[in-house]
Amino acid sequence: MRVGLEPFLMLAAVLFSLGLYGAVSKKATVQLLMSLELMAVAVNINLVAFSRFITPATLDGWFFAVFTMVVSAAEVGLGLALIIAIYRRSRGSEVTGLSELKG
Amino acid sequence: MPETVNGVAFGILAVMCVGGALGMLATKNIVHAAFWLLEVSVAAAGVFLLLSADYVALVQLLVYAVAVAVLMIFSIMITLRRLEDAIRPRDFSAIAATLATLFCALMIYALRGFHAPAGQKLPAVAPDIAAFGALLFAAKGWALPFEIASLILTAALVGAVWWTREGEK
Repeated sequence: MRVGLEPFLMLAAVLFSLGLYGAVSKKATVQLLMSLELMAVAVNINLVAFSRFITPATLDGWFFAVFTMVVSAAEVGLGLALIIAIYRRSRGSEVTGLSELKG
Repeated sequence: MPETVNGVAFGILAVMCVGGALGMLATKNIVHAAFWLLEVSVAAAGVFLLLSADYVALVQLLVYAVAVAVLMIFSIMITLRRLEDAIRPRDFSAIAATLATLFCALMIYALRGFHAPAGQKLPAVAPDIAAFGALLFAAKGWALPFEIASLILTAALVGAVWWTREGEK
């Protein structure tokens, strides 16, 4: 059995939806960041699959995927630093406790 | 060169990806969730290998499966002092589930009408790392985005240190 481009897009859609569910529903900030990572992984699968099937010679999807990884690595680093800063300030890292802008 | 990607290998990796994601969302323990995310990252690297994107698979393993997983586990260790803190109450949200299901259904509905002729069989031209490197550092290729990416990483590093520094006042 052989598969084409569409199963990859389906897989990415399902992964992205699961990440979306987590990003909307989770209360712990670390789990929220994990869900964002899941969405980034789904996007990368899409990019690489399109690159392999549509433009195999110019490798556009590879570059896009690698730069997405750079940005999401920076995002995770900053996000976790932010979680630790919030924890220092309020001894907890629940999303529900973060309703004040300055307090 | 096979006609298209092997369906059995793809099926196994897809089940690993989706199962890991479900496990990450379903588990009550945050530490377990971090390990499920690690499993999803490794399975996604397998998907990239299946698409003969070996460089992207390597970067995926290095960045997500090693660096991000270690960072996640370290910050869990720092912010959760006791074992009981890692166990979360089950937080099922019907609104979020509806939103995600609607999005998934919309995407799959859109994909059903999508039949690109190029997507049916794999092109014979296999991408390779040498071509990737030549394009990455070509002046008319991706050299400028590459430099901007290093700038972004430096800014993120400095920002993270500045945010978490000791001695606020």
